Amino acid sequence: MTDLATSPARGQSQSVRILLRWSLYIALGFFVMIYLLPLFVMITTSLKSLEEIRTGDLVALPREVTIDAWLTAWSGACTGIKCEGVRPYFWNSVLIAVPAVAISTLVGAINGYVVAQWRFRGANVIFALMLFGCFIPFQVVLLPMARVLGIIGIAGTIQGLIFVHVVYGIGFTTLFFRNYYVTIPVELTKAAKVDGAGFFRIFWSIFLPLSLPIIVVTVIWQFTQIWNDFLFGVSFSQAGTQPVTVALNNIVNSTTGVKEYNVDMAAAIIAALPTLLVYVVAGKYFIRGLTAGSVKG
Amino acid sequence: MKFHVLGAVSGLALVASGAALAGPEAEVLHWWTSGGEAKSVAVLQEEFAANGGTWTDMPVAGGGGDAAMTALRARVLSGNAPTAVQLKGPAIQEWYEEGVLADISAVAEAEGWADVLPASIAGHMKCEGTWCAAPVNVHRVDWIWANADVLEANGIAMPSSWAEFNAAAEKLQAAGIIPLAHGGQAWQDATVFEAVALGILGADGFHKAFVELDEATLKSDGMKAVFDQMRTLRGFVDPNFPGRDWNLATAMVMNGEAAFQIMGDWAKGEFLAAGKAPGEDFLCASTPGDGFLYNVDSFAMFAVDGAEKEAGQQLLAKLIVGKNFQKVFNLNKGSIPARVDVALDEFDSCAHLSASDMAASSEGGSLLPSYAHGMALRGAQAGAITDVVTAHFNSDMSSEDAVQQLVTAVANSM
Amino acid sequence: MTKWLEDHLPKLMLAPSFVAVLVFVYGFIAWTAWVSLTRSRLLPKYEIEGLIQYERLFASPRWDTALNNLFIFGALFIVIAMALGLLMAILLDQNIRTEGAIRTIYLYPMALSMIVTGTAWKWILNPGLGLEAMVKGWGFERFSFDWLVDPDMAIYTVVIAALWQSSGFVMALFLAGLRSVDGEIIKAAQVDGIPTWRIYTAIIIPSMAPIFLSAFIVLAHLAIKSFDLVIALTGGGPGFATDLPATYMYAMAFSRGDIGQAASSAMVMMAVVFAIVVPYLYSELRAQKDD
Repeated sequence: MTDLATSPARGQSQSVRILLRWSLYIALGFFVMIYLLPLFVMITTSLKSLEEIRTGDLVALPREVTIDAWLTAWSGACTGIKCEGVRPYFWNSVLIAVPAVAISTLVGAINGYVVAQWRFRGANVIFALMLFGCFIPFQVVLLPMARVLGIIGIAGTIQGLIFVHVVYGIGFTTLFFRNYYVTIPVELTKAAKVDGAGFFRIFWSIFLPLSLPIIVVTVIWQFTQIWNDFLFGVSFSQAGTQPVTVALNNIVNSTTGVKEYNVDMAAAIIAALPTLLVYVVAGKYFIRGLTAGSVKG
Repeated sequence: MKFHVLGAVSGLALVASGAALAGPEAEVLHWWTSGGEAKSVAVLQEEFAANGGTWTDMPVAGGGGDAAMTALRARVLSGNAPTAVQLKGPAIQEWYEEGVLADISAVAEAEGWADVLPASIAGHMKCEGTWCAAPVNVHRVDWIWANADVLEANGIAMPSSWAEFNAAAEKLQAAGIIPLAHGGQAWQDATVFEAVALGILGADGFHKAFVELDEATLKSDGMKAVFDQMRTLRGFVDPNFPGRDWNLATAMVMNGEAAFQIMGDWAKGEFLAAGKAPGEDFLCASTPGDGFLYNVDSFAMFAVDGAEKEAGQQLLAKLIVGKNFQKVFNLNKGSIPARVDVALDEFDSCAHLSASDMAASSEGGSLLPSYAHGMALRGAQAGAITDVVTAHFNSDMSSEDAVQQLVTAVANSM
Repeated sequence: MTKWLEDHLPKLMLAPSFVAVLVFVYGFIAWTAWVSLTRSRLLPKYEIEGLIQYERLFASPRWDTALNNLFIFGALFIVIAMALGLLMAILLDQNIRTEGAIRTIYLYPMALSMIVTGTAWKWILNPGLGLEAMVKGWGFERFSFDWLVDPDMAIYTVVIAALWQSSGFVMALFLAGLRSVDGEIIKAAQVDGIPTWRIYTAIIIPSMAPIFLSAFIVLAHLAIKSFDLVIALTGGGPGFATDLPATYMYAMAFSRGDIGQAASSAMVMMAVVFAIVVPYLYSELRAQKDD
């Protein structure tokens, strides 16, 4: 626990502390405002009629509030010849993101545990190789990956997309867990081994309970990456397996059609809701992590 | 956990594939995903279904088809090509050379496409003598749009030469109106550039420069004059133009904030959607100079296995060039039919102008492919030219330097 | 047999990931290297033609701009995002009552697809529509903020939007790190009367070295792959002033049907990354091993 500001440090008078406290809140509030500005623009735009957007200021409060754009985005906007909004594509994204996040988090946890706690010769080299793998531009892997998926026979399927996301998630998930576990003294593992505990038992009963904050971070990262992925989603899907980002893109990126900014904005916010939900729910567990963190030491 | 989910997924896939009945089948990759465009494609799908076909929609919008082309490459490499793909211009021949396109000559000949399509447009649909693609529409690119009230209030007529345009623009600027609404995106810069080039170089010069890539024309004084005019136009746009979407530029013309916009006829859709009437609220005319720059959308058929899919391709090709679809689609999209024997009664005055100009320029040999919209050149060369055009327009590069860079860039793109 | 299994279990558990990385990262890099030596256009071809693609690449003024932008953008983005993320994490770690809400607000930009947020940013940063117009509307006529439409400054607007999008995640990483610092040591330091800022600079921040490594990798990865952001915000413009290697590569491979050229740009880009990242990784991993 590091809540330093609450503990009375010597040489600080009451008024100085109140002043500090206030400037703290002002600083936090300032960031909050900047962070919310684009969301403000998006929400106000989504509540305007197209008429008003065409004539009025783009960055202004709506004169008349209408939720038509939200209804259209959810179930009426055209994403091709079907005009059913983003709703039908949601399920595809869930089917892709949930297993892919679960698998890659598990893989990362085990990898990180091995690299940090069961150091064998070459483990650091393997870790470095995985890390550098994070930097491969995805544009480069599209074509050979398409070929590989075709050969395995999972091109255009949900399984194919899960596979791709898990593979390119290995670097980051391993990194997160390794860097978290490396701060836990190796002596802990050694002592457990002396007590006769095996590889999985130590992982299960010692490391996993300590891992909440980093699981939260990893899930946030992986879920965001996978849910928001467009490049893989558009390249490795076919009719029927397209994720929600492809639908969003189809609504937003019409080249020569009439642009409906209000629907675009509403669709973008709707498409982001699951990720936002993950942040709100998962965020709570940072605090749990605080208690978990105090166990060790 | 993992296996349950995967099991559920493959279960769904089985149900989906079991639902498909025998009969013509087509999986169609296209980027017409919103508004009028999507409704227009839906017309095709309905006709396809009415003829017993099963249509699987594979829409991918973005970047004027860039994202769809990305998906297409991945699909082709994974050995799972879609049945029909929205492709246009020399890209059709490029894909043909990769040996992945199907031959639809049987349909084309049975339907007599050669008799109803203008020769230069038919040329784009053929690969080494066989038909390999079906045209949907003809967009005209070299349009100039204007706010009727603004022109009237300032006593200005639609310009018929670039000199006239410049004079009108100066007058408007003095009156506090932005003369030219423009969005500073590379493709929009290129759209204006090619309209200027057509006006200054003429049809022959345009063909030499942007179809043949003739070096002498690319560095000619005429080309310098084109860049000079671009520099002049740069003075007629407002300072906030970079990055602006084309439809926001159109809105500026609608509001009377700006007077003119140079843009293809999809801009008409924006005017119409806002309830403006052609001839009354807004005016359309070809940009100064003779000729007609076309942007033809089309579908190419990919080589696929299975009698159902082949039947689907034949049927689709037939319907695309059919009179009904050509009419309905183009009414929705602002373009005109590719086949010349469709009655235009329901079309507006701008479309009529487009159709008569197309017929006239086809006769006179000035019916030309748009370079900015990927009709004249392959991607690498067209892109190299656009890089120079947009770099010139967005900096203080001299016309001499621009012409020099043009020649270098084109050579480097080969 | 079980003994052997017991001894090799850690390696066995790591093996599938290792093989996957070898094939799908290094195998594909090798594939790209090969294709960069060919004249591939629409689809990859495998006849080697020499270094022609690299010659074309270095003759392209657009690539020059893209590479330069990567350095400007990458350096600013990584340094500022780390500083901002750490600052926000420390501020948030002071027993703030509304922590949950504020943390979510800092994080939410990551949730939104840049395809659309780019449009919102474009409006905010556009002098005629957004911030500049608003401040002028308040009566500050001389206020000017036109970076978006200025070819020399536009790259900095990309930095701003990128910071907005990603600094929240860095904050989350640091927050997780702060929460795992040993409370006993800090209490001991407080008892000794060491000032708060010293506790941070001398004890807490150094103990988070592995977190800095994570943050660096995440940010460097985002900087190198920034693509949606540029496309949505500036489309690479004005002109091609905000082009980045990733957008250049994509344009070549997929809009222009010039896959050989795209492959060569990918190789150069990875070489640059290698030259910067590998020394850092080496020193970090060495230092941590010595701990």
